[in-house]
Amino acid sequence: MTIYADNAGTTKMSRTAIDAMLPFMEEYYGNPSSLHSVGQLVAEKLQKAREEIAACLGCSAQEITFTSGGSEADNQAIISAAKLGEKKGKKHIISTAFEHHAVLHTLEKLKKQGFDIELLPVGPKGTITAEQVKDAIREDTCLVTTMYANNEIGSILPIAEIGRVCHEKGVLFHTDAVQAAGHLKINCKEQNIDMLSLSAHKFHGPKGIGVLYAKKGIVLSNIIEGGAQERGKRGGTENIPAIMGMAAALKEACDHIDENACFVSVLRDMLIEGLKKIPHSALNGDPVNRLPGNVNFCFEGIEGESLLLLLDEKGICASSGSACTSGSLDPSHVLLSIGRPHEIAHGSLRLSLCEYNTEEEVEYMLREIPKAVEYLRNMSPLWKDKVEGRKEFIL
Amino acid sequence: MALYSEKVMDHFRNPRNVGSIENASGVGEVGNAKCGDIMKIYLKIEDDIITDVKFETFGCGSAIASSSMATELIKGKPVSEALELSNKAVVEALDGLPAHKVHCSVLAEEAIKAAIEDYYEKTGQTANQ
Repeated sequence: MTIYADNAGTTKMSRTAIDAMLPFMEEYYGNPSSLHSVGQLVAEKLQKAREEIAACLGCSAQEITFTSGGSEADNQAIISAAKLGEKKGKKHIISTAFEHHAVLHTLEKLKKQGFDIELLPVGPKGTITAEQVKDAIREDTCLVTTMYANNEIGSILPIAEIGRVCHEKGVLFHTDAVQAAGHLKINCKEQNIDMLSLSAHKFHGPKGIGVLYAKKGIVLSNIIEGGAQERGKRGGTENIPAIMGMAAALKEACDHIDENACFVSVLRDMLIEGLKKIPHSALNGDPVNRLPGNVNFCFEGIEGESLLLLLDEKGICASSGSACTSGSLDPSHVLLSIGRPHEIAHGSLRLSLCEYNTEEEVEYMLREIPKAVEYLRNMSPLWKDKVEGRKEFIL
Repeated sequence: MALYSEKVMDHFRNPRNVGSIENASGVGEVGNAKCGDIMKIYLKIEDDIITDVKFETFGCGSAIASSSMATELIKGKPVSEALELSNKAVVEALDGLPAHKVHCSVLAEEAIKAAIEDYYEKTGQTANQ
């Protein structure tokens, strides 16, 4: 038995998405840039897919650029806005402390090129207010980039309000919506979004394909130089099967967005209520404004990687923000940004659900996770020190 | 998981010598909570032979497996031999560790050395004797 609870990492492709892709490997293999009928047939289908995606995002088809995924879209959005700002002598960029590394590392690169990068603190709940953004905007601010929802702790940011204050001040607003797309409603126009990134594999589409939405009039800078594809802004023959899969998956997700959110959030809340009963544990992220599928806890006295290994033995696939799983010496920057001390951040567990999960699976996880936590605590000298009063409990 | 060898997974799943020893001859604790791993080794030493050894570990899978393997390697051995235990020997006995996990075996070596030092201190000896 395998319970897949790592949907914020990636998702299983939907049947609809797979079925949408197959004809473009078997039958419609043409290059949309070719003038012959085999190519032009694909060009038509590509345009249709672009329109479908635009309809899901509340924008027009010309505002969609296909990329290799969320990271490339984030890179291109930020670099484009920075170049536009630089031309006007504006080199101040506002973001948050808990962005994805696709954003943070791009900003670090810009910092080395002389940009002034300001990362807003996200507080214990892991969110920011539009007021914070408003107060941070300066004469020389060229971009505000904040995620729509956090990938680790699931907090949802007030995107429309942030967009409004940016527009009032005439500053470009980009949002990394990789975790939100297909799960939360998006309307770029209504939510005052100038640029948005998304990735298909987070909503049951294929890997290696994403979208950068950029409002008409925003001149993009190329990351990939090449032919005239994507209005010359992203070279390389389009990944047609993946684009078809993404369009089908996004449409399917958006058509069922409310019912999926209702169903998944009930499972999420069951898990949260159950895990809260584990002593000396804490939920990470905003308890209310939260992605429907996100559960993230810290358990005091244990380390996350060993918990993941134990759960994997029980067929439960999850993730953690411990240093041992991040491949660095420090635990997740997201958990540190909400004020968790290193020791506590090492003991984190993220379970991310989707509409394919069941109540039975949640019940099973609620039986197995407390046992695994207890087992590891029983061999932890840190836990023993706390229980025997030599060290203070933090949670 | 392919990250770890079968040996590592075996020692993680069924760790040997977990627990503590009351009135231990020597106790060593290394690592810290901030870094995400703490190892504590308890030794029972009779006539300079390690007759029993137990560990407690807060840490990742390879930290638990390294502790388990290290205790197995020194159990029943003379103290002088346990002092010679290198992290390399632990890694080899585990059929290897991923590069970023080698520090777990270093901690195991250090924890044993710390426990033996504690034993020497308690018995008024020095490591040279």
